[in-house]
Amino acid sequence: TGSGGFRKRKHDNFPHGQRREEKENVNPSSALMMSFKSFQLELDTRHDKYERLVKLSRDITIESKRAIFLLHRFTSAPNGEEILNESEVKLDAVRRKIKQVAQELFGEDMYQFHRAISPGLQEYVEAVSFQYFIKTRSLISVEEINKQLIFTAEDREETTNMTSSSHDNQPQTWSLKVTPVDYLLGVADLTGELMRLCISSVGNGDIDTPFELSHFLRQIYDGFTFIGNTGPYEVSKKLYTLKQSLAKVENACYTLKVRGSEIPKHMLADVFSSKTELIDQEESLS
Amino acid sequence: MSVSDMFIALQGVLTADQDIREEIRKVVQVLEQTAREILTLLQGVHQGAGFQDIPKKCQKAREHFSTVRTQMESLKTKFPADQYYRFHEHWRFVLQRLVFLAAFVVYLESEALVTREAVAEILGIEADRERGFHLDIEDYLSGILTLASELARLAVNSVTAGDYSRPLRISTFINELDSGFRLLNLKNDSLRKRYDGLKYDVKKIEEVVYDLSIRGLNKEVTAEAGGEK
Repeated sequence: TGSGGFRKRKHDNFPHGQRREEKENVNPSSALMMSFKSFQLELDTRHDKYERLVKLSRDITIESKRAIFLLHRFTSAPNGEEILNESEVKLDAVRRKIKQVAQELFGEDMYQFHRAISPGLQEYVEAVSFQYFIKTRSLISVEEINKQLIFTAEDREETTNMTSSSHDNQPQTWSLKVTPVDYLLGVADLTGELMRLCISSVGNGDIDTPFELSHFLRQIYDGFTFIGNTGPYEVSKKLYTLKQSLAKVENACYTLKVRGSEIPKHMLADVFSSKTELIDQEESLS
Repeated sequence: MSVSDMFIALQGVLTADQDIREEIRKVVQVLEQTAREILTLLQGVHQGAGFQDIPKKCQKAREHFSTVRTQMESLKTKFPADQYYRFHEHWRFVLQRLVFLAAFVVYLESEALVTREAVAEILGIEADRERGFHLDIEDYLSGILTLASELARLAVNSVTAGDYSRPLRISTFINELDSGFRLLNLKNDSLRKRYDGLKYDVKKIEEVVYDLSIRGLNKEVTAEAGGEK
């Protein structure tokens, strides 16, 4: 019974690691152990790649967010052209990151690592469609976005500072396709930015943009209602926020219409600055 | 392209996607049915009389696996070959179950761990992603962990059936498996959770071996086990 007690005690302090290390009567070079060694390698490689992609996705998110902040200054600045150029530079930087993602994913099943990169791609869709809207007053298509995500190897220096070493026989082009769902989620986020743009443009005395925006947002809202619950759960979840954004823009247009003729233009900003605060409060709650 | 045209096109894509998922679900249901049949068949080994006709049961199970292969063939045709991971979650569960069943059959026949390649062959799929519909490594490992719990149960029941040597062989096997799994650096995901259960199977089997050895129910191995401690 002595040895039994010993055994029992060993089970009790079971936590992984040093458990039964001394009692290793397992042949480390058996077929089973050899195959588990190869599994270890395979799993580690997979996890490492996933982590690299998560990091890239985070960088893409941050850079895209900065581009969006920059674009919000567009209406207030007299030199709009300059801001557009600057945002283009920022988005180019984002695309270089996406190129690294495309290189990581070359030869892989993109959906295996989709969860790692999806947040970044959505933010990129939001940024690039925001810029596109400011330029053209229309919605960028998913095809248009994907067209910009085909990369060639023309810049040697970029490829040399790649973190991964598994690209010995690199192809000449890499591409990444934003999935329809990522596109939809990005566009849904775009509407939030457009709502902000609407409020701030009123603050700047621009009374045409809000009406344009409400028309555009209504089109997008109609589009989302058309999709309804065909899409995945995340899409229908965004529909609620989208409705709120639309309501805010519509209310802004209403106020402009009703009171715009009464209030001198230079005072419109005051009328809406209180409104903006209200909206920010609601945002922080959600 | 107008905004509404874009959304109409996107809606079309999403509907097509749903149709594919629906098709996959149908085949997976059939696969689950076959898996249940195999499981029912193999459960028989836990009954007293079952120990005598293990080979026969394995033989029968292997016949069922040919049905599995046909159904897998049909599953492969339901979606584009390069989008395996897009629909992975639909067949993940049943595939893990089938891995377990195949591993169980192979264990009962040869008392060895089935290799990933061999399971893939039994199921009529590939072991390697590059070659088509394949067996994901995490699904393989999950199936193997289910085998461990089944063997813990088998150790108990073989004692009841009067087979005192089997638990010792199972113990050796599980110990090796445990050492194998300890080589892996698992992420905090479902596989890790399954792996955390392995220690209880190991413990259970060791208790059976202990009960046998203190009672001298298996003379020749008792000496060995005693020397080892």
